[in-house]
Amino acid sequence: MHRFANPARFLRIAAVIYPWLAGISTLCLAAGLWFALFASPADYQQGETVRLMYIHVPAAWMGMSCYTAMAVFSAMALIWKHPLADLLGRATAPVGAAFTLLCLVSGALWGKPMWGAWWVWDARLTSMLILFFLYLGYMALSNAFDDPTRGHRAAAILALVGFVNVPVIKWSVDWWNTLHQPASVMKKGGPAIDPSMLVPLLLMAAGFQTYYFIVLILRARAEIAGAKIRTIRMAQVHAAGQGE
Amino acid sequence: MPESLAAFFAMGGYGGYIWPCYLLGAVLMVAVLALSLKAARDRENELEILQGNRQDRARRRAALAETASQGEVPQ
Repeated sequence: MHRFANPARFLRIAAVIYPWLAGISTLCLAAGLWFALFASPADYQQGETVRLMYIHVPAAWMGMSCYTAMAVFSAMALIWKHPLADLLGRATAPVGAAFTLLCLVSGALWGKPMWGAWWVWDARLTSMLILFFLYLGYMALSNAFDDPTRGHRAAAILALVGFVNVPVIKWSVDWWNTLHQPASVMKKGGPAIDPSMLVPLLLMAAGFQTYYFIVLILRARAEIAGAKIRTIRMAQVHAAGQGE
Repeated sequence: MPESLAAFFAMGGYGGYIWPCYLLGAVLMVAVLALSLKAARDRENELEILQGNRQDRARRRAALAETASQGEVPQ
């Protein structure tokens, strides 16, 4: 694992896989949208609103998996003080926040016609809203200090403490009586969903996942360049101070 | 076929819920991607300029040292 943790090596590997990721993501999203909007049937109970699922469910998966990734990176950064892990955690946060927001809004747009309410304070919805606030808190905290490393450490601790929310989201539909339906894809005994709907769902999920890797690489590149800029500036200030 | 197109956009009467969802998804994904792309390009350009300056300065200093040492050589 540590062999991949060197920023220079990371940049080299990222440069190789970046065009592949861009191609796969575009293909998956294009095919996913085609199936989601044209080539899949309406649900026998929910009618056309089932098409909201192809955004809502993959966005929810991304919200949770990005937070998990962020917590793992934060743990690695805190335990091994690894700068690349720290930077990848920070690069993950905006993507996770965007998908969590998308999940919440698409859920409201689905809730209104199906449940008759934009929002209900039930366990699944509330824990997902908390996840969104955790992302916002993480991003705010990591930029809140003059000394960036202090902010990054505080944010990493928040990410770890907040991770307790992820299993709560996952099993909230089993632990409490909620309006939200229980899992139909990731459950024991295989997915209880027709292949005609599973195909667009998985294509969109693959498109979102590869999109995350693309943004992760871009943000990591920006962070690595930013760190080098800071080092050069510090050296310049230091040299100027000695020159006087 | 304007009629079937209209039917497609109507989404069985749920178009008002479905299209905003897809639109928001597109807007969020494009915005995050564009901001990340811009940040990567800006920082990498800035770094290149800084490193270029540093190399220029090092080269100038080396050239200066060379002429200075040449100047010291007694004719």
